[in-house]
Amino acid sequence: MKTTETTAPVPAESGMPVTKIDAPAKGPGREKKEGTALNVFSHGILIVWAFMVVMPLLWAVMTSFKDDASIFGSPWSLPDKLHFSNWSRAWTQANMSDYFLNTLLVVGGSLIGTLVLGSMAAYVLARFDFPGNRFIYFLFIGGMSFPIMLALVPLFYVVNNMGLLNTIHGLILVYIAYSLPFTVFFLTAFFRTLPTSVAEAAFVDGASHSRTFFQIMLPMAKPGLISVGIFNFLGQWNQYMLPTVLNTDPDKKVLTQGLVQLAVSQGYKGDWSGLFAGLVMAMLPVLAAYIVFQRQVVAGLTAGALK
Amino acid sequence: MQHGKYRFIVGFLAAPLGLYALFVVWPFIQSIYYSFTDWTGLSPEFKMVGFDNYERMLDDDIFWKSLQHSLFFALLLPLVTIGFALFLAFMINVGGRRRKGGPAITGVRGSSFYKIVYFFPQVLSIAIVALLFAFAYNPDSGAINSILRGIGLDSVQPLWLGDPNLALWAVMAVIVWSTVGFFVVLFSAGMASIPADLYEAALLDGAGRATTFFRITLPLLWDTVQSGWVYMGILALGAESFAVVHIMTTGPGGPDYSTTVMVLYVYQKAFRDGQAAYATTIGVALLIVTLAFAAVVMRLGRRERLEF
Repeated sequence: MKTTETTAPVPAESGMPVTKIDAPAKGPGREKKEGTALNVFSHGILIVWAFMVVMPLLWAVMTSFKDDASIFGSPWSLPDKLHFSNWSRAWTQANMSDYFLNTLLVVGGSLIGTLVLGSMAAYVLARFDFPGNRFIYFLFIGGMSFPIMLALVPLFYVVNNMGLLNTIHGLILVYIAYSLPFTVFFLTAFFRTLPTSVAEAAFVDGASHSRTFFQIMLPMAKPGLISVGIFNFLGQWNQYMLPTVLNTDPDKKVLTQGLVQLAVSQGYKGDWSGLFAGLVMAMLPVLAAYIVFQRQVVAGLTAGALK
Repeated sequence: MQHGKYRFIVGFLAAPLGLYALFVVWPFIQSIYYSFTDWTGLSPEFKMVGFDNYERMLDDDIFWKSLQHSLFFALLLPLVTIGFALFLAFMINVGGRRRKGGPAITGVRGSSFYKIVYFFPQVLSIAIVALLFAFAYNPDSGAINSILRGIGLDSVQPLWLGDPNLALWAVMAVIVWSTVGFFVVLFSAGMASIPADLYEAALLDGAGRATTFFRITLPLLWDTVQSGWVYMGILALGAESFAVVHIMTTGPGGPDYSTTVMVLYVYQKAFRDGQAAYATTIGVALLIVTLAFAAVVMRLGRRERLEF
């Protein structure tokens, strides 16, 4: 919270009291009572909200194992038996496997591209003084607060004229372009915090600028790249607006679009159980990855706002 | 060396800047230009029409509805979400039971558990969340009305997304549900870095919990709250509201335009009705609203920066 620019903030030490400084114990019983009442009250509120967050997710998991009749008849009843066929039907017939593959390709390509291009631009903007530096920096930063939908109308025709509409590589290029503002913003601040002496030493030893960047600076910037990488991964994996406009070919659909498409098509067929299986299938890998990499994910997602 | 330096700068900036200019900057400039034309988007021909689109927009009832809903989102959603998140974060960080000889304030037991759970919706796509709630809101077989029946409220069976008076609230509740956790975690990290002696001193002076919140926590957290406010407002005007309204509501934007928002209206005019020029006009209005919102929040929120 200091005004100095710091590296990606680490989330609060979990479960630790706010402080370790011991206060002298204070006697009066009034305070103790207030403390207890507050404790019960805050636990109550916190548990209620935790329940409200978890219930819809559990409900979805439960529903994905039920048959259609009981989904409609009694939404909260437990499944009579585990209908795993919902899952296999969603995976094969409802194209979930294609949606997963498309999403992996698009996100994989754009994540790598975003990190490479973003760190190149950020490095130059953070470390070199040249006319127009501030202008280019603010040009990138400005992209964060502009409503993307405004640009999407002409962008559709730009992309169309280049023959990139409804292609995976076209979508990758657009994802990269729209991920650059935050990535450049974050990494510029990060590169500024890195010590200059190491790079100067390498340079004196005869390394070129680009060699210094790839072999010295990038490895040093790894924590920043991980934070901004997680941020971009989740943003691109969950992206809905860009593909809805630029990627309308049913065969190229990404996961989020595919699920919305499923909601329509399975709705006609009355195959709600298959749809819920698809939803849960899309939900679980991200939730599992989050639970495993909890610290890094939180640090990555809150990195920008804490600056 | 100078020569090598500039070659390096150009070489490194060319690709990212070129891509950014082509796909982001150029379309923004174009769309402002198109808002003064009669371009349909379907054919390449168009001519300049001056302010015709803007005049049409001011007479368009649906535009006014969407503007009203978007403003409502931008004002109410950050207020509710951030207010509730601050409350939860405060409970997590200072709501703990005092242990004898322990610090004056402590976090509740299991605080890391709460933070993990609250963050769940944040990692899910808003599209998945919207689909899930669209089913939960189903009046006949949805989870919510089923609970109401279960607790004996058979007469209270709202149509939720089908009721023009309720649909907007139902949509907003989904956005709140999915974003509160992010801010709880964000504010918790900020609160944990506030030195405890400040609380100690205040409590010694006889301040209550509410006073410590408004006199210590909130002022010291102000920068984070403010940037969170802008972030939430931009989401509420843009991508987040588009996904939720587009996926959940009938129409989309219905019933009877009760949930239409500016970002959705731009999309529909451009890609459904073949009125690209008019769509960019509404887009320009959305741009003005977004920038004005950010400027007002930054301006009203300006305070002495507190160092600690």
